[in-house]
Amino acid sequence: MTTGTTTMTKDSILKVERLSMKFGGLMAINDLSFEAKRGEITALIGPNGAGKTTVFNCITGFYKPTMGMITLSRDNGKEFLLERLRDFEINKVAGVSRTFQNIRLFSGLTVLENLLVAQHNVLMKASGFTILGLLGLPTYKNAAKAAIEKAQYWLEMADLVDRADDPAGDLSYGAQRRLEIARAMCTGPELLCLDEPAAGLNPKESLTLNTLLRAIRDQGTSLLLIEHDMSVVMEISDHVVVLEYGQKISDGTPDHVKNDPKVIAAYLGVEDDEVEEIEEKLDKGIIEEGTV
Amino acid sequence: MAYTTENNQSGLMAKAVKEGIFAGLIAFGMFLLFVGIETYQDINNQLVWRTRWGLLAVFVAVAAIGRFVTVGFIKPHLDSRKLAKAKSGVLEISDEKGFFRTHFLKIALVFLLCYPFLAMLIFGRQGSLKYVDNFGIQILIYVMLAWGLNIVVGLAGLLDLGYVAFYAVGAYSYALLSAHFGFSFWLLLPMAGILAGLWGIILGFPVLRLRGDYLAIVTLAFGEIIRLVLINWTDVTRGTFGISGIEKATFFGIWSFDAGAPNNFAKVWGLPTSSVYYKMFLFYIILALCMLTAYVTIRLRRMPIGRAWEALREDEIACRSLGINTVTTKLTAFATGAMFGGFAGSFFAARQGFVSPESFVFLESAVILAIVVLGGMGSLTGIAIAAVVMVGGTELLREMEFLKHVFGPDFTPELYRMLLFGLAMIIVMLFKPRGFVGTREPTAFLKERKAVSGSFTKEGHG
Repeated sequence: MTTGTTTMTKDSILKVERLSMKFGGLMAINDLSFEAKRGEITALIGPNGAGKTTVFNCITGFYKPTMGMITLSRDNGKEFLLERLRDFEINKVAGVSRTFQNIRLFSGLTVLENLLVAQHNVLMKASGFTILGLLGLPTYKNAAKAAIEKAQYWLEMADLVDRADDPAGDLSYGAQRRLEIARAMCTGPELLCLDEPAAGLNPKESLTLNTLLRAIRDQGTSLLLIEHDMSVVMEISDHVVVLEYGQKISDGTPDHVKNDPKVIAAYLGVEDDEVEEIEEKLDKGIIEEGTV
Repeated sequence: MAYTTENNQSGLMAKAVKEGIFAGLIAFGMFLLFVGIETYQDINNQLVWRTRWGLLAVFVAVAAIGRFVTVGFIKPHLDSRKLAKAKSGVLEISDEKGFFRTHFLKIALVFLLCYPFLAMLIFGRQGSLKYVDNFGIQILIYVMLAWGLNIVVGLAGLLDLGYVAFYAVGAYSYALLSAHFGFSFWLLLPMAGILAGLWGIILGFPVLRLRGDYLAIVTLAFGEIIRLVLINWTDVTRGTFGISGIEKATFFGIWSFDAGAPNNFAKVWGLPTSSVYYKMFLFYIILALCMLTAYVTIRLRRMPIGRAWEALREDEIACRSLGINTVTTKLTAFATGAMFGGFAGSFFAARQGFVSPESFVFLESAVILAIVVLGGMGSLTGIAIAAVVMVGGTELLREMEFLKHVFGPDFTPELYRMLLFGLAMIIVMLFKPRGFVGTREPTAFLKERKAVSGSFTKEGHG
């Protein structure tokens, strides 16, 4: 009994059960279930139009799913049904933060201000919902100082300290991506959802991104990411879920997924009967798994 | 060398002459029918026409000579100056500012504090009335209104075309409550602000889902609704007649400015009777109210709520993903902006002694919004300058008697105030598309405070 639990030591932070999302007549997600484990990097991959971003938007509250349940369990044991929370509560109460496929920074605010806006709820409480802060009480001053320190920490992590006082819109594309991640981390999330964090990055920037994401995981924040860049996915994720046409076609470690004939078929566009053929061969042991 | 410059020179002149003639031709074509021919009714009430070749010639000549001078002299001069600057290697962007610019705010504040006394010294007791009241108080009311609207439009990026409604709420709150209950100015000032703030929230609720143009239309409608209620609810507001005989503000109840009162300010201090003391007193009240508005705005910008407003202007979706409740954030912006509108409104009622729906037409909203946009959205200094230019400028037009000698005795310059207002706006927007002060001061910094260029900030989508 106890020997089999080695893989079960990590409990799940996010559980998606029978999730469906319909846009008019279009079934964007069809009966999808998967789990993301605490302290792991889970990647959600799939060809264009597979419904990855829709899943993301359901988890982060930008869409209300047609059916299904999304459960988030926090470190302290509290569980939240994300589909029932209001959009901003998903971050504030449930501790899920996200980044966007097309970067959404506050471009007219400085880099530091972007990180301070992310600490809105903490500062709001410290300032007594503005009233105590207007009177200049020390509680708010201390909280503001702590907020700047926290921002500084994440600036260092994202290698942006030198640009702290520049407008966010002035940063290069790669730096903007890192800033968006740093900003999401400043809200103190337990689950960080990244929508294509490596899109548009050059190989060198991609590498620094990997280091940043690993560092975030090692600090105890779980990650869920959508990615096209296989080098990023295979390199850093602990667990990969593959979607096609709104359905899960594979789920497992990167190595398992890489060699799954269904995944290969989905990505390379093999005919359906050919997939069956390969599967048959696999079953009969004519070809070995991993060579396809 | 000498040859080439001479050659250049003659080439330039030829080009200038050519462009001048061309501009003249275009002007001729454009104005031939508008200016060259005039229609009028003769004695028999028939429509006939006559020509005005002289005037047409003036128009054409102005266009041709203007173009000739621009191409031939002004442009080469500017170009050579630019070239010289580029050669000298000094970048135009330098942090060196003159004494006046670095201490601009202090100088402006000291000037404002002395302004009524200066006016009295220069123009005498009665002569200063015009300068303290028409220029001083009038401009400061608009400064305060524009600063209040700036919170909604400039910081939170919510386009509000019905701001004057809150001004009206403030003014009528004071007028009605003081008439019915006899409350004093100092009690009603905060009450008017709170009531206007409440109306801000009432307006805020239905428009929360709206953005951009839709929000603008609904706020415009709200402004009109308030005005029409004021006109038609005659039992309470006395309709278009307005409410007159509104009680004056007192010096915190110690001295009154009513001529008949025993504790009249002038009598107590043994000064000759004049209404100028009341105006001066009002000037300092509105100055203090403006300072309060500025102080609160500056403090709020450094608070989480102020940052959330600006973040809302930049990207609402990102705000929600960071756990910011955009509903309450928008409502607080509406309420805070409306509250200052309410303060200004109650002050307006106390100053005029009379309120009627006439004072709260859409044009007022448009003027206040124009001041905010012209000054540079979000910038207090820019907005104050814009208010001085726009409101002061239109007041100045009334003074320009000499224009009558130019355009004839029927000419009333005030009638052209809106035309000039629009013209001035177009000119400013051509040269300073982001308003007088286009940069944004960051609210926090790590190493140095660098102004954020206007090209990065957004106007908001609603």
